[in-house]
Amino acid sequence: MAIDKATVLRIAKLARIEIEDEATDGLADELNAILTWVEQLSDVDTEDIVPMTSVVAVKAPQRTDNVGEATPRDELLADAPEEEDGFFVVPKVIE
Amino acid sequence: MSALTDLTIAQSRIGLEKREFSARELTDAHIRACEDARELNTLVAETFDHALERADAADKRLAAGEDGLLEGVPIAVKDLYCTQGIHSTACSRILDGFEPPYESTVTENLWRQGAVMLGKANMDEFAMGSANVTSYYGNVINPWRRRSDNKPLVPGGSSGGSASAVAAHLALGAIGTDTGGSIRQPAAFCGIVGLKPTYGRCSRWGMIAFASSLDQAGPLTRTVEDAALMLSAMAGYDPKDSTSVNLQVPDYRAALTGDINGLRVGIPAEYRLDGMPAEIDTLWRQGVDWYRDAGAEIIDISLPHTKYSLPTYYIVAPAECSSNLARYDGVRYGLRETGGDLTHMYEKTRAKGFGAEVQRRIMIGTYVLSAGYYDAYYLKAQKVRTLIARDFEQAFAKVDVLLTPTAPSAAFAIGEKMDDPIAMYLNDIFTVPASLAGLPGISVPTGLSEDGLPLGLQLIGRPFEEGALMNAAQFLETVAQFTVRPPYLTGGV
Repeated sequence: MAIDKATVLRIAKLARIEIEDEATDGLADELNAILTWVEQLSDVDTEDIVPMTSVVAVKAPQRTDNVGEATPRDELLADAPEEEDGFFVVPKVIE
Repeated sequence: MSALTDLTIAQSRIGLEKREFSARELTDAHIRACEDARELNTLVAETFDHALERADAADKRLAAGEDGLLEGVPIAVKDLYCTQGIHSTACSRILDGFEPPYESTVTENLWRQGAVMLGKANMDEFAMGSANVTSYYGNVINPWRRRSDNKPLVPGGSSGGSASAVAAHLALGAIGTDTGGSIRQPAAFCGIVGLKPTYGRCSRWGMIAFASSLDQAGPLTRTVEDAALMLSAMAGYDPKDSTSVNLQVPDYRAALTGDINGLRVGIPAEYRLDGMPAEIDTLWRQGVDWYRDAGAEIIDISLPHTKYSLPTYYIVAPAECSSNLARYDGVRYGLRETGGDLTHMYEKTRAKGFGAEVQRRIMIGTYVLSAGYYDAYYLKAQKVRTLIARDFEQAFAKVDVLLTPTAPSAAFAIGEKMDDPIAMYLNDIFTVPASLAGLPGISVPTGLSEDGLPLGLQLIGRPFEEGALMNAAQFLETVAQFTVRPPYLTGGV
């Protein structure tokens, strides 16, 4: 399926990446080239093949559900672009 | 005695134990080398003061006889590893300035064994690239130059800064990460050894995630023995990574017996590509002859789904990346662009913070995971991946290791292969299949191209048999006698 300009904008919206209008044609071409190239997988017969879900054949480990040590709030907030009174600050969400 | 920067890790450990030099002197020599080589742009953060402190601590432990496996050994750390309170950005603008409040498990393991960090190594942004040309902090230069012109060459990628630093003798070793070839391919381009362990051998905790079912930590060194030493220090089960495997970590150096008599070496027919450069083919045939002459058994095998590896990879890896990179939203750390409402802030932040290749892969990944396309792309790719892994399983019933070239060419100039993303993806054609199957692989420098550039051969092993793999690799290293030094070290640049 060919990716058109509208699809590029839809994917960009889903991916939360702002796309300049003049960049959409170029991006559509690039994405089409890559998707056409991966299209060759349809030549492979995968009837009755189980998709890979685990890379190495080991049982997932289990551990007791203990409360561990948390990273101190100040240390986490030290990297925040904006913080106030011990909270992360974001643009107003509720009007 | 040779210059301190010309030692291998193993030699430096002997020198330190015999008090021929101190850890401080060893670190100091490497700091000076790093300062003189800033034009190569291998380090995006220099941590020299920190390194000298660690070196002094190492000297104390050496004096007390309490030294670890890598006590006093100066190394470079790919910027993908989180290092507490120190620049950790995956070389992306979106993480510029990020100093994590925690330490990755692999680096923690290395510090426990006494290793000394010189700095954070440059890399492709979020490890997405094969030439180290997508870093926010600029391109890395390969210390090698071709004879035909004097153009600066790429070091390969994504662990390009790690590879270039080790090849230019700025560090005794480095750690990188390999998702589809990001340790092995730059090792081949820079004429050094690069090992990708089995998926699960090293903890991924604190490694900035790209594609979680493929990412794996590994060493870049100048010898196979050094790779064995580093892996022994890095590997191990970690409760904080549920995909790390709870298996005993062997003494990898003890596995290097030099005995390859009766070793069954598989040669996969599908890796002989149409239009493959003659010198790559010659290098590969030479490798086959070396093993045969030494008493190994050469067995032709088939891995029929090889040609589907790259397309499979370029569905699975972008899908996982689009999910992993969703966390960069400008709220808790990193770059934030201001703009209107919350969604607009996300969109502006991610547009400015991610480079073109990262955006392209997020877009592809978002598309193949989106409603209506999931089965056709992602599910299909994971089924083909099962078949690729099965090919290897069947091959390893007949052989002990597989021998292939590491990359389809030698290092190329900065600016080449830039216009077409797929041409760049083809760099990893020989390394991606083992990644998809989770298998260990190692690249060993074995010869020079006609243009004077290093070329590597790759060995692929059975899961969790890195020891046997490195033993086979050390044979290759011994017989190839690759001792040519890059022009950067001999004053040729």
